[in-house]
Amino acid sequence: MRTDERIKWLRGTMAQRILVLDGAMGTSIQSYKLSEQDFRGERFRDFGRDVKGNNDLLNLTASHIIREIHDSFLEAGADIVSTNTFNSTQISQADYGMEDLAYELNREGARLAREAADAWSEKTPDRRRFVAGSLGPTNKTLSISPDVNNPAFREVSFDWVKDNYRQAAEGLIDGGADLLLLETIFDTLNAKASIAGIQELADETGKEIPLLISGTITDLSGRTLSGQTVIAFWHSVRHAKPFAVGLNCSFGADELRPHVADLAHHADVPVIAYPNAGLPNEMGDYDETPEMTAAHIRGWAEEGLVNIVGGCCGTTPDHIKAIADAMQGMRPRAIPENSIAMRLSGLEAVTIGL
Amino acid sequence: MTQFPRFVNIGERTNVTGSAKFKKLILAGAYDEALSVAREQVENGAEIIDINMDEALLDSEKAMVTFLNLIAAEPDISRVPVMLDSSKFSVIHAGLKCVQGKAIVNSISLKEGEGPFLEQARIVQRFGAAAVVMAFDEDGQADTVERKFSICRRGYKLLTAKLDFPPEDIIFDPNVFAVATGIEEHNPYGVNFIEATRLIKSKLPHAKVSGGISNVSFSFRGNNPVREAMHSVFLYHAIRAGLDMGIVNAGQLTVYSEIPDELRERVEDVILNRRPDATDRLLEIADQYKGDGAVRQKEDLAWRQEAVEERLKHALVKGINSFIVEDTEEARLKYDRPLSVIEGPLMDGMNVVGDLFGSGQMFLPQVVKSARVMKQSVAHLLPFIEAAKEEGARARGKILMATVKGDVHDIGKNIVGVVLQCNNYEVIDLGVMVPWQDILKAANENQVDIIGLSGLITPSLEEMAAVAHEMQRADIDLPLMIGGATTSKVHTAVKIAPNYKGPTVHVLDASRAVGVAGSLLSDEQRPAFTAGIASEYEAIRKKREGGAKAKSLIDIEAARANRHAIDWKGYQPPKPAFLGTRTFDDYDLSDLIERIDWTPFFRTWELAGNYPAILQDEVVGEAARPLFDDAQQMLEKIVAEGWLQAKGVIGFWPANAKGDDVILYQDEERSEEFSQAHFLRQQIKKREGRFNHCLADYVAPAESGLADYLGGFAVTAGLRIEDKLALFKKDHDDYSDILLKALADRLAEAFAERMHERVRKEFWGYAADETLANQELIRERYQGIRPAPGYPACPDHSGKPELFRLLNAGQNASITLTDSFAMLPAASVSGYYLSHPDAGYFGIGKINRDQVKDYAKRRGVSMEQAERWLSPNLGYK
Repeated sequence: MRTDERIKWLRGTMAQRILVLDGAMGTSIQSYKLSEQDFRGERFRDFGRDVKGNNDLLNLTASHIIREIHDSFLEAGADIVSTNTFNSTQISQADYGMEDLAYELNREGARLAREAADAWSEKTPDRRRFVAGSLGPTNKTLSISPDVNNPAFREVSFDWVKDNYRQAAEGLIDGGADLLLLETIFDTLNAKASIAGIQELADETGKEIPLLISGTITDLSGRTLSGQTVIAFWHSVRHAKPFAVGLNCSFGADELRPHVADLAHHADVPVIAYPNAGLPNEMGDYDETPEMTAAHIRGWAEEGLVNIVGGCCGTTPDHIKAIADAMQGMRPRAIPENSIAMRLSGLEAVTIGL
Repeated sequence: MTQFPRFVNIGERTNVTGSAKFKKLILAGAYDEALSVAREQVENGAEIIDINMDEALLDSEKAMVTFLNLIAAEPDISRVPVMLDSSKFSVIHAGLKCVQGKAIVNSISLKEGEGPFLEQARIVQRFGAAAVVMAFDEDGQADTVERKFSICRRGYKLLTAKLDFPPEDIIFDPNVFAVATGIEEHNPYGVNFIEATRLIKSKLPHAKVSGGISNVSFSFRGNNPVREAMHSVFLYHAIRAGLDMGIVNAGQLTVYSEIPDELRERVEDVILNRRPDATDRLLEIADQYKGDGAVRQKEDLAWRQEAVEERLKHALVKGINSFIVEDTEEARLKYDRPLSVIEGPLMDGMNVVGDLFGSGQMFLPQVVKSARVMKQSVAHLLPFIEAAKEEGARARGKILMATVKGDVHDIGKNIVGVVLQCNNYEVIDLGVMVPWQDILKAANENQVDIIGLSGLITPSLEEMAAVAHEMQRADIDLPLMIGGATTSKVHTAVKIAPNYKGPTVHVLDASRAVGVAGSLLSDEQRPAFTAGIASEYEAIRKKREGGAKAKSLIDIEAARANRHAIDWKGYQPPKPAFLGTRTFDDYDLSDLIERIDWTPFFRTWELAGNYPAILQDEVVGEAARPLFDDAQQMLEKIVAEGWLQAKGVIGFWPANAKGDDVILYQDEERSEEFSQAHFLRQQIKKREGRFNHCLADYVAPAESGLADYLGGFAVTAGLRIEDKLALFKKDHDDYSDILLKALADRLAEAFAERMHERVRKEFWGYAADETLANQELIRERYQGIRPAPGYPACPDHSGKPELFRLLNAGQNASITLTDSFAMLPAASVSGYYLSHPDAGYFGIGKINRDQVKDYAKRRGVSMEQAERWLSPNLGYK
């Protein structure tokens, strides 16, 4: 099946049921308790810096583990697996001195997820599986100065962030990703740079690149780190005509719900939401059981708020299984029809001419 | 979230070409102070800020980037969208890379031809920004109406056809040039802009119009009062022509109606180019207005001789506010502390009012007037109380009130608020269109004792249920009071109370609110009261469950078979005088006054009885008469001083029925479908000989071979009401606030009635010789009907967007719709026109699942969506 045929199938399926995304890659990797040597593998045995913690590197050095994790989520019932490429941009890899690997990390990450998804599509032909290429927020922010004494300073430029995303996207598409997942957006300007880069790539290749756009909010008042409300964020990224828009990470499902509801009322595209397994405890661990998370998300579905759900930090294959089970027979959110109006935003949304 | 501003103020102070102060600050690198200019603008009401750094001595690109980056760290500035303003696209492009929000680019144009224009637009699109397009092409800036429009049309076509640029994100700037310059060719510049605006708004769908307003008064630099008058007059006319936004100094705008008559007339002559000597005549008087002066007047009466306590009481009971501030001040000086004035004479006076109201000797209009006096008195005392750091008198309880999201109607809510305040409750009023998040937040922050929700249109019922649901989720158990025209005890019992664990009570009218609040907050009464309500509502739910089954609905097919089958043979549908739309701009209000139906006006004030008999009524006549007098006086001012503006649009389209739909055609060829109106049919089982009505039955079906038509209208009498309401609010004058809103509602209804009459006599013309007195009109003794979406014959409010699109009501009548399909301004009426002599008003009542399913299919929406829209009419679970 070609990518465009798969996307068509995905759209059709999404009209009938709520799709399930996978859970936390990081949490799963942690459970393997890998050593510095495991991260290095053969290829980087003599690399000059420590690389333990560079999870994306495992795409090259311990691909069997990544494949195993994808399999575990697919077995749990995920329709979509996201690639292990959250930090595979030059900007983020610079922390490890591995900028040069950015394209390769993305391509291999997508390839691994592709193999896993295809294997499961064959196993369960009535339930095809998809690959979403993960694009994290990078560890730099375009809207906020890192220097308190010089608020006009910026550590990175828009064009540099854009080029980073473009390259990562190219790797993901070349490796076989069906969609791209622009996730955990804490600064909408980073997301706009990413959108611009992906659109450039789409223009050049002449191929449509379906985009999932997911923001994250930092406090219970419902704002992104860069200060936007959820609806202002939506107005800022609407021009990407995303396949779905939503929220992830932030906090647990219970705390995230009002903000998902807010978005669900305004966005005229499908809504994606994948919260953490509750709030972290004092040890930084997530305590919510699969049943608890699934119960919250079932509530979302009953209220007609979501089209795609899954898990973020702390969610295991057991969480995804519980969520997938809870989504059985649930109706997906009906996409509202918005009237035509100019929808602007600063930190807050403004609608003109409704 | 700011919803639907009608005219959007774009702040102009952060523009080096327009503000000498800002330029000086930027050139000196004093960015901190430059930021305070931006902040001040937002505080003054700028909804978007224009930023321009086009100055020869500056590195404009760098200054733009620096300023935008600095703004990003200032939430009280960056909460509003920015307009990136430069004549150099490189500066705009650099700016786009700094803003996370959806911005506006100002501007691009065809100045250098189509290639660069499209290239720049493509970049704007990539950043998701909206764009101002100047009326500027290869031949220069357009100054005539024709050239302004043709350039804009060319830009529009290029953008939408070649780039798929969203038309709603295109803003045309048809060039504001200075008038009264002494050069004769400049005289029509103001009016040309206005006319071009009108053309753009009517011919280029969804496009917006903006302009740099202060350019118009350039020749009066140094004389701010005249400049401000010119801006105000120019805006007044341009907004009526469809201007959506403008670059203005948000802190310096005079209200049109406040401009002295002489000045306004001469400015108007200049702006509208009404006479050749207009400039000279304005120059003649311009200097007189450099200063400012006001005159006040006084009157005298016998009760003024009494002691101050008696005067205060008298003023409260009689609702006289002329002397309240001086009397309050006198009392303040007499008493040991300001609080004693409130606790003493003012409370005494209000107790008298409360007793009179409670015993039915005073009525709502009088009470609202008393409350106005009370508020004004307290407002005078507050600064002194605060200075003395005294705690305010303990209120009986704190009540939070809000009109729910999507709804703009607040007369009833305001009345309830006033009555509660009169009875010593503290009321926190969140206003209209309040999302549940804000309600919960305010309830929490203010530690309120009761939450009151209000709404008028049917979708608000669902929103109230949603608020209750959210309160439940937030683990709140405060008492919830539900009120508003479409709310009911049954709805509250069935749809709201089960969602919420706290006591939920439907409050029928303002006079009951005090009793309900008192019972809810009294430790002794509360248990019995809430238990009583709970069991009453439980009984309603039980009864309704049984009732729903008992009331039999027939199949939709059977209902269709029992349609009112009109014999179309030999019938000739009348043909309207025109097809398409016709706009009535600034409709003469004095033409509407005689059409006012006064009975509902009195009902708003909870005075029962029909007009005119109510004026002589033994019980309420005494309250009704002064209210009626006040209404007459205000009407005079409304007309004479232009407090309100009425605007409307009507339209007719070739149409034929097809089942329960009416198909609208592009033209008389009737080959191209233009739109569809989807109607519902009654499904209640009818007695023999009675029909299951549907509006579509009264339009000739295609197979009849007859050329029939459907009409539509949208009228408002509420434009510019906000200006006056803001003044009333400032004066703590709830009475005038409610009175004006109630009158605007009546005028809107009268406008709809008058338009319908003209439609019957002139525009559709099938009853050219109709002569009916107003009372007969009110009793609907005429041919043809004007049913409104959201009302019984076609209860689905969601029919409005399509009707509005057909009428282009946003532009033609300046009426917009909220998420819940409420019309804004609230004093608006819209509906369809049907001409058939057998057509009459009816209610759809309950409908069954089979029809809803069919309706959803016809509308092209999901079953869930249709059920949401039709929830008040669902006759099944």
